[in-house]
Amino acid sequence: MTESPDFPPDMRDADSAEWWDAIDRRKLLIPHCDNCGRSFFPSASHCPHCNSDQVTLVPSQGKGTVYSWVVVHRALDPAFADEVPYTVLTVELAEGVRLIGRQTAGPEPQPGSPVTASFYEAGGRVLLGFEVEAG
Amino acid sequence: MTAARANGVGGAAAIAGVGFTELTRSSGRTVADLAAEACRRAAEDAGVPVAAVDGIADFSWFGDSVPGQGVAAALGIPRLRYCLDLNLGGQAPCFAALNAAGAIASGMASHVLLFRALNGRSESRVGSRRLPVPTAQYHLPTGLTAYPQQIAMWARRLMIETGTTNEDLAAVAIRQREYAGENERALLREPLSLEGYFEEPLIVDPFRRPDCTIEVDGACAVLITSVEEARALRHPPAVILGGAWATGPQPGLDGSEVFGWEDMSRNFTSHLADDLWRSAGVGPSEMDFAQIYDCFTSTVLFGLEGLGLVGRGEAGPFVSSGESAIGGKLPVNTAGGLLSEGYLQGMNTLAEAALQIQGRALHQVPGTELGVVTSGAQADGSALVLGTDAR
Repeated sequence: MTESPDFPPDMRDADSAEWWDAIDRRKLLIPHCDNCGRSFFPSASHCPHCNSDQVTLVPSQGKGTVYSWVVVHRALDPAFADEVPYTVLTVELAEGVRLIGRQTAGPEPQPGSPVTASFYEAGGRVLLGFEVEAG
Repeated sequence: MTAARANGVGGAAAIAGVGFTELTRSSGRTVADLAAEACRRAAEDAGVPVAAVDGIADFSWFGDSVPGQGVAAALGIPRLRYCLDLNLGGQAPCFAALNAAGAIASGMASHVLLFRALNGRSESRVGSRRLPVPTAQYHLPTGLTAYPQQIAMWARRLMIETGTTNEDLAAVAIRQREYAGENERALLREPLSLEGYFEEPLIVDPFRRPDCTIEVDGACAVLITSVEEARALRHPPAVILGGAWATGPQPGLDGSEVFGWEDMSRNFTSHLADDLWRSAGVGPSEMDFAQIYDCFTSTVLFGLEGLGLVGRGEAGPFVSSGESAIGGKLPVNTAGGLLSEGYLQGMNTLAEAALQIQGRALHQVPGTELGVVTSGAQADGSALVLGTDAR
C-alpha cells in the first residue's frame, strides 16, 4: 500500500512492545491469562478479568469472523488520502478477542464472514490485516 | 451484583440561565474570550450578577479549551470556591452539571457557571485530529483515524443487530434539519430531503455527510444554582431531578474502544438507564421531550433505545414515522441538534433541554414538564432528567 511521510508514527509502549515485535515478524500473538484462562486485548501486564500477572502472549490461529466494518471514502487524515476507498474490519477471533485491521483481500464483508489474519506493509512497517472469505 | 443506591443529588439544583456566543466557522477570537462571553450571557440570562458566581465547571478534549480558573479571572469573579476542569469530550456536559449540582447541594458552591468553548472549526478539529488516546497505536495505522470512522463501526453493528437502515439514519438528519430551519444559531438550516440525503457523498460508509455533526467555533454556558435561589431569578428553574454517568464492563482504554466492549449495538445509555430513572424517580414513558447527543445520526438511535424511550430496534422506525417531530410522541433534538446547530460537544444539547423546561425554546413542546438529555456516544457518557419546579 502507498506510503506517506505523514504515516502515523509507531507508538508501541512498554505494555505493547512484545505484541508489536511479533507483528514485525508477521506473527499474531494474543495476551492470555494463565490464572483465569481468558484472553484479552490490548496486551497489558495484568489480566483485566482477574488482575493476575500471569499473562503470556500465545500464538493465535488468526481465524475469526467479521463483527463490523466501515468503508472509508473520504480520508480524514492526509496519510490515507491515496488509499480511499478502503475497508477497516472489527474482527472477533476464535480465541475470544476482538481486533481491528485493514481488509487486505476478499469480497465485500458480511456479518460473520470468515477472516484470516494477514500482514501488509505500510508506513515502513508491518501491520495486521485480514483477508475476508465469502461467508 | 448489589444495586447501587440512587445518588442524592436530584432535586437540589437547577439550571437558571443559558448563554451562547455566535456559532461560526471561524471566530477570529480566542477560546478564552468565547468562554467568557458565553458565561457572561448565561449569568445575565439568569439574572445573577457575575460577582455572585463562585464556581466554574468546564470540559475540554486534549487541550482544545481553557481552564476554568482563567475564565473566572476574565470574568472578575471575586471569590472562586469551586473549579472543575474535565478532560472529557461529549460525555461531559450532563456529568459536569450533575457534579455542579452536587457541589451546590453540599455547600461547596452557590452559583456555578458550566461552559464549553472551542475553536472547533478553525483551530482544533476533533473530526480529523490524531487524538493521543491510549488505543491510537492500534487504530491509527489501520486508517481508522477519527471519530466519524470509529462511530460508523458502532452504527454498522446496530444495523446488523436491529435491522436499522440507511433510511433510518437519513430520517434522523432530515427531522433535525426541520427543527433547525428557524434556528438562527444553526449552521445548517436548509431543508434536507431523502433524495438529497442520498445524493450527499459517503464519508465513511454507512455515514454520508449529513450523518455527521458540523464542527464550529463558539461557546455555550449554563448557570446552575440551588432550586431555592433559582425560584427568585428571571426564568423558571429547570430542576435537575436526577442524573448519572455510566459505562459497562470492559469500557476500554478510551472512549473509542472496540476491543473489549461486549455489544457495539448498545452504547453507554443501555448501562445508564436504570441509574438515571431511579435517581430521578420517574420513567421514560413520562418524558415530554428528549435531547439525545447526536455527533452522528446513529447515536440518536442508540440513545432512544438505550434509555428505554422506545423498544429495541424501534428507534429508526420511530424517527422515520415522524414521532420525534413536534406533535409526535416524543420530540427529539428540538433545536436541530449537533447535526444542524453545530458541534459544541453536547453543551448546546443540555442548553436546549433547559430552555424546553423553562418554556422558552424555539420549538416549544406544549405543556412540557419533564425531559431527558444525554451526553456521549460510545462506551461512556452521562444523562440528566430535568423537570419543572412544579414536578
